[in-house]
Amino acid sequence: MSDETARLIEQTADDLFSAESEGARKALAEGAWPERLWQIFAETGLAQAALPEEAGGAGLAAGLAVLRAAGRHAAPIPVAETMIGTLLCHRAGAEVPDGPLTLYAPPAGALAAQPAVREDIDAANLPRVPWARIATVLAVGAPGHGLAFLKPSDVVEGANLAGEPRDDVAVSGPPDRLHPLPPEVDGFALMAIARAAQLRGAMEQVLAMSLRYAGDRVQFGRPLKRFQAIQHYLAEIAGEAAATGAAVDAAAQAPNGFGFAAAKARASQAAGTVARLAHQVHGAIGYTAEHDLHHWTKRLWAWRDECGNEAYWWQVLGAHAAQGGGAALWPKMVAASGSAVAETAGATVSSEGEGR
Amino acid sequence: MTGFDFPPPAMPPGTDALRAEVRAFLTESHANEGWRPDSDFGSDWSASFSRTLGAQGWIGMCWPRRYGGHERSALERYVVVEELLAAGAPVYAHWVADRQSGPLLLRFGSEEQRQTILPRIAAGECYFAIGMSEPDSGSDLASVRTRAERTADGWRIDGTKVWTSNAHRSQYMIALCRTGPAGDSRHEGLSQFLIDLEADNVQINPIVNLAGKHDFNECVFEDVAIPADRLIGQEGDGWRQVTGELALERSGPERILSTFHLFAALVEAAGPGPEPRLAEAIGRLTAEFYALRAMSLAVAGQLEKGDLPEVEAAIVKDMGTRFEAEVAETLRRAVPVEPVGVGGSANAPSLEAALGASVLGLPSFTLRGGTNEVLRSIIARGLGVR
Repeated sequence: MSDETARLIEQTADDLFSAESEGARKALAEGAWPERLWQIFAETGLAQAALPEEAGGAGLAAGLAVLRAAGRHAAPIPVAETMIGTLLCHRAGAEVPDGPLTLYAPPAGALAAQPAVREDIDAANLPRVPWARIATVLAVGAPGHGLAFLKPSDVVEGANLAGEPRDDVAVSGPPDRLHPLPPEVDGFALMAIARAAQLRGAMEQVLAMSLRYAGDRVQFGRPLKRFQAIQHYLAEIAGEAAATGAAVDAAAQAPNGFGFAAAKARASQAAGTVARLAHQVHGAIGYTAEHDLHHWTKRLWAWRDECGNEAYWWQVLGAHAAQGGGAALWPKMVAASGSAVAETAGATVSSEGEGR
Repeated sequence: MTGFDFPPPAMPPGTDALRAEVRAFLTESHANEGWRPDSDFGSDWSASFSRTLGAQGWIGMCWPRRYGGHERSALERYVVVEELLAAGAPVYAHWVADRQSGPLLLRFGSEEQRQTILPRIAAGECYFAIGMSEPDSGSDLASVRTRAERTADGWRIDGTKVWTSNAHRSQYMIALCRTGPAGDSRHEGLSQFLIDLEADNVQINPIVNLAGKHDFNECVFEDVAIPADRLIGQEGDGWRQVTGELALERSGPERILSTFHLFAALVEAAGPGPEPRLAEAIGRLTAEFYALRAMSLAVAGQLEKGDLPEVEAAIVKDMGTRFEAEVAETLRRAVPVEPVGVGGSANAPSLEAALGASVLGLPSFTLRGGTNEVLRSIIARGLGVR
């Protein structure tokens, strides 16, 4: 993908989400599906951005740029779920259904007996599936079990802290369709990197709002930004956002399970710090429902725990790092970032993500 | 959008082969020389290692061939340097000269300075000290009071520099001196000078650090006369020059790798199947290191393009030095060993000694090359709030 194409895609996404998200959030809060935002999103083809170029997309990095913009503007539609669902359909050789998609993708450790994707399934209850009330529900299971198109028998509506739909889905009867998925494709890790990209975008917005407020608000006869304590909070927010962004970009450049795990862990860790300091900068006004800050800080608090929180991914990474002893640590670190010496290049984390 | 991006650079072709070459060299060197792996400034002062490295072409890598350099990219240099640091190789002797003094002379030095000094640095024979801090000028570098005054045939320098690492075993210092009024910005009237520590009449007094090591010094200039051609760059441009030098000092892999030998020791001690709490602690460091290395590499990519990313470098050093401290803290919590210091025990196992050296070294990590508080102020300026 050329840099120019990448910029164009990100700009298109940013323009759309910037213009439409606020109204769409109001619609969602009143219980309506943000049809208009969804329609434009679907028409622009942004949901296909993460597909490889030969499949009509622009690659994972472009998809993550779209998700960054979605996070930046708190776009209240299933951008990540539809994008990763589309990518999984492509990898499984399945036709992509029209309309929004969502994905039930449990962590690799919980895959041993995943009833949702067995052909002989008779009943399953899938908790907290994003947007299941409106989306086609896909599910991935253990390697070799494939990608299932589920037929929900009941959907109980719920929400995350930010009011984004997270529904409990009851399934009875076998899936509509079941497509084999290459064993190296890890749907849970792909959702994790997607959430990390959204977290990154949300952190950028929180930083921008904090900078603006610190410049406008006057106390003790000077703007907040003239206080060194505030300056250092802002520097720390910027540092946390930058570390998150660097990890996401590195994982996009060298896509593997190690990078996805590290990026989501770093993003989830940063989210709490960024939200805490932003509220400290904003004072009481930032704690109101009227002020916009909470649209983003609630997403930070919700998304950091979705698709594996930092502790989950730390354990995955730690278990991987510990294999091979101290001498293997450095080559493993280098290989994970894609700048590898040939003979150590095989040392990627066991939960492989999307191949290059 | 607000904030700072660290775009991953494309590594030049041949990087993997270069990395393999450095690893093979280090394996052999360690087997033959038996150096003790440590951080860049904790490692042994080894002129022989520096000369061997120079002969390999791994010092002054990015400089023009006519000055003894090898015209490699900043990213190739990054690969060599991070491999040296990750192995804990004894790079201390040539470190400052290779990282910042040589590049400074290349950019601002006279043709004669370049021709006489750079090839010796690149050969691993010529070492530099940094003459910035003074007794009354630490973080507030613009307040330096060491004066350089013009004389009939050169300059006369009066003042005192402190915390001058390795002045007692380096050939040169680059000293930041006041040559004129500070002006409203406080950044005017500063100039940099090349000081010959062997020939010029500088008193070098040791300052022993809390670990009992003689690393830094007090350097007293009393009517030290130096020739006119020792001025580096333009008179009055010292602040601009020193700012560029600090960007080089702050952004390198040594700001994230100083305790990597302890990280490896932690992983080694944990064994292949650590219990979940220990795995979590290791994983936390792993994720942080992944992000930091990406940031540090991105800065190298910006240097390669000719940018001098001062703010990004400050972010890397602020977060990187805190990570380095966290490695030591994680190790001591996870593996019950007691750190041993100088004189603690001649029989101390290496892990105890390495942890002891780090515990005693850690306070300096977040001070040298700019305190983390100064770095955050630089970041705040980059955000437009200062």
